[in-house]
Amino acid sequence: MSLFVEQICQLLGSGSNPFQHLEKSAVLQEARIFNETPINPRRCLHILTKIIYLLNQGEHFGTMEATEAFFAMTRLFQSNDQTLRRMCYLTIKEMANISEDVIIVTSSLTKDMTGKEDVYRGPAIRALCRITDTTMLQAIERYMKQAIVDKVPSVSSSALVSSLHMVKMSYDVVKRWVNEAQEAASSDNIMVQYHALGLLYHLRKNDRLAVSKMLNKFTKSGLKSPFAYCMLIRIASKLLEETEAGHDSPLFDFIESCLRNKHEMVVYEAASAIVHMPNCTARELAPAVSVLQLFCSSPKAALRYAAVRTLNKVAMKHPSAVTACNLDLENLITDSNRSIATLAITTLLKTGSESSVDRLMKQISSFVSEISDEFKVVVVQAISALCQKYPRKHSVMMNFLSNMLRDDGGFEYKRAIVDCIISIIEENPESKETGLAHLCEFIEDCEHTVLATKILHLLGKEGPRTPSPSKYIRFIFNRVVLESEAVRAAAVSALAKFGAQNDDLLPSVLVLMQRCMMDSDDEVRDRATFYMNVLQQKQKALNAAYIFNGLSVSVPGLEKSLHQYTLEPTEKPFDMKSVPLANTPITEQKTEFAPVATSKLPEKPGPTRQDIYQEQLAAIPEFQGLGSLFKTSEAVQLTEAETEYVVRCVKHTFARHMVFQFDCTNTLNDQLLQKVMVQMEPSEAYEVLHYVPAANLPYSQPGSCYSLVRLPEDDPTAVSCTFSCTLKYLVKDCDPNTGEPDDDGYDDEYVLEDLEVTVADHIQKVLKPNFAAAWDEVGDDFEKEETFALASVRTLDEAVGNIISFLGMQPCERSDKVPENKNSHILFLAGVFRGGHDVLVRSRLALADGVTMQVTVRSSDETVVDIILASVG
Amino acid sequence: MPRSYGNANCPYFWSTCGHTVFQEPSLYTVKAVFILDNDGNRLLSKYYDKELYPSMKEQKNFEKNVFNKTHKADTDEIAFVEGMTIVYKCSIDLFFYVVGSSQENELMLMAVLNCLFESLGQILRKNVERRCLLDNLDGVFLVVDEIIDGGVILESDPQQVIQKVNYRADENPLSEQSVAQIMQSAKEQIKWSILK
Repeated sequence: MSLFVEQICQLLGSGSNPFQHLEKSAVLQEARIFNETPINPRRCLHILTKIIYLLNQGEHFGTMEATEAFFAMTRLFQSNDQTLRRMCYLTIKEMANISEDVIIVTSSLTKDMTGKEDVYRGPAIRALCRITDTTMLQAIERYMKQAIVDKVPSVSSSALVSSLHMVKMSYDVVKRWVNEAQEAASSDNIMVQYHALGLLYHLRKNDRLAVSKMLNKFTKSGLKSPFAYCMLIRIASKLLEETEAGHDSPLFDFIESCLRNKHEMVVYEAASAIVHMPNCTARELAPAVSVLQLFCSSPKAALRYAAVRTLNKVAMKHPSAVTACNLDLENLITDSNRSIATLAITTLLKTGSESSVDRLMKQISSFVSEISDEFKVVVVQAISALCQKYPRKHSVMMNFLSNMLRDDGGFEYKRAIVDCIISIIEENPESKETGLAHLCEFIEDCEHTVLATKILHLLGKEGPRTPSPSKYIRFIFNRVVLESEAVRAAAVSALAKFGAQNDDLLPSVLVLMQRCMMDSDDEVRDRATFYMNVLQQKQKALNAAYIFNGLSVSVPGLEKSLHQYTLEPTEKPFDMKSVPLANTPITEQKTEFAPVATSKLPEKPGPTRQDIYQEQLAAIPEFQGLGSLFKTSEAVQLTEAETEYVVRCVKHTFARHMVFQFDCTNTLNDQLLQKVMVQMEPSEAYEVLHYVPAANLPYSQPGSCYSLVRLPEDDPTAVSCTFSCTLKYLVKDCDPNTGEPDDDGYDDEYVLEDLEVTVADHIQKVLKPNFAAAWDEVGDDFEKEETFALASVRTLDEAVGNIISFLGMQPCERSDKVPENKNSHILFLAGVFRGGHDVLVRSRLALADGVTMQVTVRSSDETVVDIILASVG
Repeated sequence: MPRSYGNANCPYFWSTCGHTVFQEPSLYTVKAVFILDNDGNRLLSKYYDKELYPSMKEQKNFEKNVFNKTHKADTDEIAFVEGMTIVYKCSIDLFFYVVGSSQENELMLMAVLNCLFESLGQILRKNVERRCLLDNLDGVFLVVDEIIDGGVILESDPQQVIQKVNYRADENPLSEQSVAQIMQSAKEQIKWSILK
């Protein structure tokens, strides 16, 4: 019976798609009837529809066949069937880019645009402008001007919108139509008003005074179109931002008055504009927030969405301003539209006070099982942000997260939870054991290799330092027995760390290692054998170098160096120090997430910035033989932001040289610069060896020139130097319109700001996951210690920040975060000095009147220690 | 070949959206509009921003993604997919979508969607379903062309759109739409009688 009903339903269903199995060649064949006389409008119409449908489906038309069909179509202008003519316009627009000689229809379109049939005129203008170029535009300029002020709204609107499309291509022509546009702006028709305003703004937007005048006029005259109002609000808030006018400006009053407009669209636009203004006070925000609050209970989902999305933004900066809406937001948690519900939850998590956290979490638990993974991730992110705000609530959150971890869910979701738990562990030492216990439970039944290896790595790092490390061993060893190769290998590495750190566990770990050495996978066996041998030596330095702190070289760099080594037969052993170091990844994650999670996550980081520079520099013959690039510093601006020439410098440090790369941009459209270089005058014994000029620097196309400098060899302690820099070049004036340069030029120069080289340029950051082990490994052969008073610094945070940026070294063991309400702090820094010597700095800070700092430096080279201490002093 | 052993150390980055404070005031409101059938197949689709999904493959991927996220929740009318705001409506076996940037005024997009939907309702004589839409596809192309021009909202009043398009649906003796209407109600009735 039910099968029968299903069949009936299918029969009654929507039927087949008449366009489904269209063949392009068959349709083009059919198009031949365009040439028949008399024209059959119905059949021709059907064929044009098929052609547009095919184009819309992404069917590719070759130039030949498209041109042929296009020319056949032009004959249809002889018919007076309205729909057919309109479809011809559409075909012209669709084929404008694929057919040749489309301008053939110019005269037909011009005739329609100026003809008596009003239904043709607007669409004809739009089709005509689609196929017109700058030179032809001048021929129809007269008609366009007339059309803009035409009394038929559709003609005027079409002309205005088409003009707007053409501003990009022919600004100079369109800007002559300003007066006509001005006249159109006072039209009674709301769409004409809107389009005229849009065109006027686009033509004047670079002239702040004109924009201001225009706003003044329209805000007073009272437009009728809600769209035009929205546009005005956007223009006004942009002008407010640019002029940094205070909120007593009439423009602000205008925006605020729009909150009382009768169109919801305008009210919302105004509220959103106010919310997005920088430096808004709570009092100024209040009216905007209260209209948004009203919208929260609108029956229209789009309006509720708009309101809660905007409130979510307010909550980022002014959580207290949104607290008034908490009740409305809580009602939205059960909204049938899940985007709205999720935004409501995340907003509440931002505005909720510490006391309401428990209640909110309870509400979320009832809600979380009903939503899709994508939204769950957003909720987890909000919880993660909340943990940072209220660290004392971590036990509630941890409980909640561990429950979520037990639920079903995809990889992204689980990963978000695991990340959140890890960040809680890192922020709150007291939550470490509970967190690790939850994660251990999770990996007992975890299908995601990436997460399992990540957690094993964390266990290896944190587990040995907990009061009872032995309880983790079971979880880790279970992995060796049960999981895939990648997880087993990670488990072996984690085990080794327990053995290295805890002497009493060492014998058991060695037994387990022995078992791992019989694994079926070679990587697991290799790791086990390697760790077994290292552990058996029972030497702290070996453990530190090979178990706790692995290699810190860049993997692509290592690959390249090894390849190079195999190419040149040599007796010398391979030197690890010649391999470029890996740039420490920026682990600091932003906590401001997009309103709803975006699905794409870059899994594999591409080549780093330094790898890219290395490639670029290696391609320049002058820089061959400098060895591998040691460090690339962040770019420094050498000019003010809005000057004629914009120059920034990137410093590249090599073992015995430095290369300065100057990225220059010429912002004058009437000049072509040639032979551009930056002349450098060093203050110290630095020697400029080479200048590599940029041959050509046309308007707005960035180019680079380089200087090669030799570092002073006889005085290794001269690490800092100041260069005075001058930009030198040959100027050729050129026509701003055509870009054609004159034949003759003249030499000129432009003084840039001084460029500093500091100790930080000679040190590459290296993260030592276990600083204490690294400290022992380097040993105290060249240890030096000194005490300094930092009189001008008021807080420990500031002192820590200053030291890190001054030395350019990597803070380890999260010691860059100063706990609150502490008077003393220890900062651990690690790096490698140019030439490959490890440097470690331990800096004890004490806060009294100023900050007192005791610096202890260890390195494998004495000079390096001296350099660091000398530069700090 | 080196085998990859998941490097637990490797951090990955959440793509965070840079929040530009103010969007450049502009008439270019609509990024794309498309109509899909209830299997997610494209019936009509226009992209107005050349930088957004430049290739046909990217466009169809986007449409698929949007469809998967929206076709089950057909009572909702707004969603956020791949960083774009999407307003949508469903009618029998058709889905109508209007796409704008994440900073766009949602109500403006809604005005476009409503205008599109009501205009089509009129030229298809309230019979907004797949078969009827395909039978009058020329009229549908013209309606979309009158509402949006290159991303600019050209007209938002359905009455004006109808007047400008001046399109008459085919009137066969036993017209297609009336057959479809009868079929539709018959289908509903049979369903209900089974469900009782």
